Amino acid sequence: MSIEVKHISKTFGNFTALHDVSLRVNDGELVALLGPSGSGKTTLLRIIAGLEVADPNPASEILFDDSSVTERPVGQRRVGFVFQHYALFRHMTVFENIAFGLRVRPRALRPSKAEIRDRVHQLLKLVQLENFGGRYPSQLSGGQRQRVALARALAVEPKVLLLDEPFGALDAKVRQGLRDWLRKLHDEIHLTSVLVTHDQEEALEVADRIVVMNQGRIEQDGTPEHVFHQPANPFVMEFLGQVNVFQGRVRRGQALLGEMAIEYPNYEADQEREAMVYMRPHELDIKRSRNGVASLAARVVRVNPAGSVAKVNLRAGDGQNIYVDLPLERLQELQLAHGDEVYVYPKNARVFVPDYVI
Amino acid sequence: MSAAVAPPITRVNPATVRAATDEPLGVKILLVTVSVLFLGLFLVVPLAAVFGEGLRKGLGAYWASVTDPAALAAIKLTLITAGIAVPLNLVFGVAAAWAIAKFNFRGKSVLITLIDLPFAVSPVISGLIYVLLFGMQGWLGPWLQSHGIQIIFAVPGIVLATIFVTFPFVARELIPLMQAQGTDEEYAALTLGASGWQTFWRVTLPNIKWGVLYGVILCNARAMGEFGAVSVVSGHIRGKTNTVPLHVEILYNEYNFVAAFAVASLLTLLALVTLVVKTIVEHRLQLELKESTQTPSGEA
Repeated sequence: MSIEVKHISKTFGNFTALHDVSLRVNDGELVALLGPSGSGKTTLLRIIAGLEVADPNPASEILFDDSSVTERPVGQRRVGFVFQHYALFRHMTVFENIAFGLRVRPRALRPSKAEIRDRVHQLLKLVQLENFGGRYPSQLSGGQRQRVALARALAVEPKVLLLDEPFGALDAKVRQGLRDWLRKLHDEIHLTSVLVTHDQEEALEVADRIVVMNQGRIEQDGTPEHVFHQPANPFVMEFLGQVNVFQGRVRRGQALLGEMAIEYPNYEADQEREAMVYMRPHELDIKRSRNGVASLAARVVRVNPAGSVAKVNLRAGDGQNIYVDLPLERLQELQLAHGDEVYVYPKNARVFVPDYVI
Repeated sequence: MSAAVAPPITRVNPATVRAATDEPLGVKILLVTVSVLFLGLFLVVPLAAVFGEGLRKGLGAYWASVTDPAALAAIKLTLITAGIAVPLNLVFGVAAAWAIAKFNFRGKSVLITLIDLPFAVSPVISGLIYVLLFGMQGWLGPWLQSHGIQIIFAVPGIVLATIFVTFPFVARELIPLMQAQGTDEEYAALTLGASGWQTFWRVTLPNIKWGVLYGVILCNARAMGEFGAVSVVSGHIRGKTNTVPLHVEILYNEYNFVAAFAVASLLTLLALVTLVVKTIVEHRLQLELKESTQTPSGEA
């Protein structure tokens, strides 16, 4: 089922959580809402679920399969909601937790006891917790609890699945495992899903589409590849992974960074403008000697080869820190040591010219 | 000047090394003795004295004092009062705690302050408020009298004063517990299609049951033992408007010490039972709180 929100705003007292946000999630898609805390992503998710109500505005609307659910209360929207801190019913067993959504149905719609039992066992199998039905939430690990929460949400056969930082409270290894598992599950059941996260790696890995949010607005909406490689603005660039930021100028189709010149055909005017130049650590190379113009002189501060790439920290002449990720073989060739004078070559760079404010 | 002299290195016997929080034996004995003496003098001796005095003339006299018609009437009135005040305060306390812990609304802090009011006001003042409102010279007195309704110096006044004095207990106990538990479970229940009523009975209430019980025990103890506020509104009519604490006072003022202490021993027993039950419930309540504050992350 597709989800569409139109012109949603939300204020809490003086704080504006969402500024006129519109978004469409297609049927069967897994979309990640990515942003720092306070960006409004969780508020948007809760508004979709019906746990919060958007500020009144005649233009604002929430549509499931192109029919409005704006007036429909949370219980009738048929959403599966997974909370960051699991929100399992602590006084119920795992079995009872999963059965809850079926048991609270009006008598006419309630499945029989045997049907409920079968359904719960089926779900326990799906989340690989077949023998845990009799346990209480406090007897489970964090990863197990979140899987129970997911099974509980799926028990009512929701039309959409909404996940609010579902792996946020788990440690790194469990996160990775559950992330892969969630993606696999989604590929099997194709339930339209919205995942809220502040972890860019998680979003890039799991989602079909990423919606980057900041200060209550959508900054960019696109595939993981698109968002990562063609960030729409400096915020998206900085939020999706580490980046080196340089202060430069643009003039006549070129961005000038100290003695370095980078092609920038978007700005052909003669008048010089301030600009920011962004380069990701893996888009930089280091050379021992200077050849050509597009390079920056720097001194090696620290080399950390512990990882799949070597992380090199350098300091330019003006004191700016530069981070470079080098393949380990390349590091071997260069034999860098603390204090070495080297040249940094950009393989790729993005230039953003701030808007005129005056 | 001269250089600092390094302290001589001495070997220490591990057996004589004390932990930072450990004290010498003499100090330990002194502290324990003082505590035991204090407890004995101010708690155990008076408790024993109540029973000792009540039983001074034998079990027969004790039994006669307790089964005296006036005493039985007082016990009955106390039970009726608690029987009305405790359930009402239970409903009120759960409702107030639910509102305060789970919702944000204008005037929330005012409500919290109002709930604490009976703790802040002297019980005598609490009683006087009702006399001022419902008494003969009070605001509503003439109207009530013309309709033949008596509140002050009658059972309704006693019940009202008791409700007022005991109303913070349940709410005060539940607010921190419910705040610690948060609202996620309720939200989860709602997304699963439960109605507000189902959410309350199936999710909220089971989560706070030990807290509710704890509040009820304290509330009941106070409702049965309240003296000041009830004394003001009661009128001390023997066999009619005397609760157990008031009956004890009257007997004592009549120099009927055996009867006074015999009846007082009933209240003392109630206190002891309350303490035991409270200790057990407190333990369960701690578990309830602990489970609500831990959000562990473990392996999948």
